[in-house]
Amino acid sequence: MLRLEARPEPSRAMVMLTPIIAVVATMIAGGILFAFLGNNPFTAIRIIFWDPLFNDMVASYTRPQLLVKAAPLILMAIGLSFGFRANVWNIGAEGQFIMGAVIGGGTALALYPLESPLVFPLIIIMGGLGGFLWAMIPAILKIRFNANEILVSLMLVYVAAQFLAAMVTGPMKSPVGMGFPVSRNFNEYQSAFNAELLSNTGLHFGVLVMMAVVVLGYIFLTRHIFGFQIRVSGQSARASKFAGVNPHTTVALCLGISGALAGLAGLFEVTGPAGKLSTNFPLGYGFTAIIVAFLGRLHPVGILLAGLLMALTYIGGELAQFQMSIPAAAIQVFQGMLLFFLLGVDILVNFRLRWDTKSKEAH
Amino acid sequence: MTPLLHLSGLTKAYPGVVANDNVGFEIAPGEVHALLGENGAGKSTLVKMIYGLVRPDSGEMRLHGQPFAPHEPRAARAAGVAMVFQHFSLFEALSVAENIALGMDDAPETDALSDEIRSVSKKYGLTLDPDRMVGDLSAGERQRVEIVRCLLQNPKLLVMDEPTSVLTPQEVDVLFETLRRLRDEGTSILYISHKLEEIRTICDNATILRLGKVVGTCVPSEETPRTMAEMMVGTELKSPTKRPYKPGRVLLEVKNLQLPSKDPFGTSLRDVSFSLHAGEVLGVAGVAGNGQDELLLALSGEELTDTAAITLKGATIGSKGPNHRRLQGLLAAPEERLGHAAAPDMSLTENALLTGHARQRLTNKGFVKWQATQNFARAIIQKFDVRTPGASHAAKSLSGGNLQKFVIGREIMQRPDVLVVNQPTWGVDASAAAFIREALLELAEQGAGVLVISQDLDELMEISDTFAVLAEGRLSRVRSASGVTIEEIGLLMGGTEVDHAAA
Repeated sequence: MLRLEARPEPSRAMVMLTPIIAVVATMIAGGILFAFLGNNPFTAIRIIFWDPLFNDMVASYTRPQLLVKAAPLILMAIGLSFGFRANVWNIGAEGQFIMGAVIGGGTALALYPLESPLVFPLIIIMGGLGGFLWAMIPAILKIRFNANEILVSLMLVYVAAQFLAAMVTGPMKSPVGMGFPVSRNFNEYQSAFNAELLSNTGLHFGVLVMMAVVVLGYIFLTRHIFGFQIRVSGQSARASKFAGVNPHTTVALCLGISGALAGLAGLFEVTGPAGKLSTNFPLGYGFTAIIVAFLGRLHPVGILLAGLLMALTYIGGELAQFQMSIPAAAIQVFQGMLLFFLLGVDILVNFRLRWDTKSKEAH
Repeated sequence: MTPLLHLSGLTKAYPGVVANDNVGFEIAPGEVHALLGENGAGKSTLVKMIYGLVRPDSGEMRLHGQPFAPHEPRAARAAGVAMVFQHFSLFEALSVAENIALGMDDAPETDALSDEIRSVSKKYGLTLDPDRMVGDLSAGERQRVEIVRCLLQNPKLLVMDEPTSVLTPQEVDVLFETLRRLRDEGTSILYISHKLEEIRTICDNATILRLGKVVGTCVPSEETPRTMAEMMVGTELKSPTKRPYKPGRVLLEVKNLQLPSKDPFGTSLRDVSFSLHAGEVLGVAGVAGNGQDELLLALSGEELTDTAAITLKGATIGSKGPNHRRLQGLLAAPEERLGHAAAPDMSLTENALLTGHARQRLTNKGFVKWQATQNFARAIIQKFDVRTPGASHAAKSLSGGNLQKFVIGREIMQRPDVLVVNQPTWGVDASAAAFIREALLELAEQGAGVLVISQDLDELMEISDTFAVLAEGRLSRVRSASGVTIEEIGLLMGGTEVDHAAA
């Protein structure tokens, strides 16, 4: 019989190597998947991982996309990582992302056509607030009624998507949109548009915020007593209570931070790269951010790297769709495999496999 | 005469540790045989092999002269080996008879079973009503359920793992009476304990294990507890010297403390009152589950109470959390080392921060001073002789005794005015236990008040100046420890307040 046996202290080197092993395993298993779909696996892997960065034919378009795609993933994953460390499972970043976009974007639409340097800061605050308040719903239900935050936050994703649909078919519908369920385009509204700061780099204001959050997240987690308390809460509820940590504060703090950051990501996305609110706006970044958080070992620097890698699979995946007509679902499977292998390798780092040998008298 | 059980060359290795190394001994029919050793000496592994829970890597067991290699407990039971575990596996919401039926390989009808239970319990002097709910029974009565379950199967060998750790002295007497009757009928008993006085009373022979090896055998009645302890530890032991106690000013005053339990089978604290003076070691005895955990939580600040219920150096603190109390000088060390007193996967440095950050000023505007924290952890490790390669190692990589020294040391190094500890030497080897007791006495000598909650009466008698008993969530009157007898304490632990004439 196969049995898992805990290792006394997992090797540090292996903990760091796990994501790399998982990426390699994903490439192999993904290659097999692509081969079954009738494509050359080596070409497919090259198109996904190499061409977006180094193939001159496409790189001028795809390279800037890397930051554009990575920024919201990293921003959200950092917020989620705090909660995941404290056993507070916010699975609904996608919903908070949508609400940030709707509340922040909606504020901008309400102010249109007022041009003022205060508009952009205001809608950023409103975006963060939208995500924060949406995350407070599972937080309060958890604190007050001990409702499972995994279910509540996840279900609220679908509520948020319906709310977005109601807004873009109703109050936020563009008067010049010829009846389509889309909002006014933000690039027509100078004060609210989240423009590219340096042309052809993909660098927008949200990317700067993301970089600041990586640095602040690192400091918060490793140097500040709250980061320490979050880690203790995840290790043992009783030990954290003994250390004087209020578990309710931890729940509110973790959901609040991750919700606010998801809201900000949504706001930067809708006013910049997406350009408008529409029913097609939700892209699943909030779910992918969960993978990014774990792939990055719940550590800000790891998350930065994991976010860039995951962005690459998005862009490379699109390229593979164009060039090899690989179905979009295959790319999602590919991303899912990454999480699967990561968790699998993780288990082997923390446990060793043993065969229970049957002894003689059993025969 | 063939021995009932003959063990030879038994070896069992786990990754990184040889739990049993070439262990062998014999048990004769009708013999009470003690297995002695510190925690981690390999007693549990050996017993698990006999009971079919673990299979030896090599070596041989013979029962009645026949090869005996049970591959599961059912096979061991069929061969006549029964075991009473230290921790009971009983369902509180089921009756005694239902619980016994669940544990039997082929249980008879409930009525017939109830009759059998009555006759067996009568025969061996184990009073037990088959129709009562287990949830309503005391620990001693629950143990009787387990014992009766074993006796119904007519065992030839009864294995008992730390059977007295949850019993009052009177319950221990009843248990021993039962064991003697069984022995006289020819049943052999393998008795595992580290309570040496008990082993002297009940056991015919003893085998001593240290680090997985048999290091000696003895006839307990011809030894003293001290000589046996020294055989277990392998070195000479010194017992702490008690200084005369002069009560100082009142440091901690607890008045009518009430704490309703949140756990349906937990114990609520009712009207607990006492005062603790400077220089005093107050021992709180009691059988497990009588409110010890709750008392610690209420004093550490993990559970909040009416603010006036607890007064520390004149200030009421009942509604204040742990860190406020630490700053004011009230520190605590809970019973459960891993997962309560310390975070298992965190380093010793991080665990030093866990309770030390407020009082030791290990943070600056919320930012952790890691260098200072590491120095604090190192100081604990050095002063309290914690055996570890370094402060960066995880708490769970330490042995029980070493982690306990760290946990107690962490609080003592913060120079508390009042220290509350629960089971400070539970599951700790004899030398570490002596070290910890010495440190607690030294702290009291320096003028702190120390409250020691413990189920180990010998420990409390050794270090306490004053003494009280916690039973069903109520605390008895605090009295001087010098005049108390073990019998008196036993009655209190059973919940009976003894008639105390003015001394």
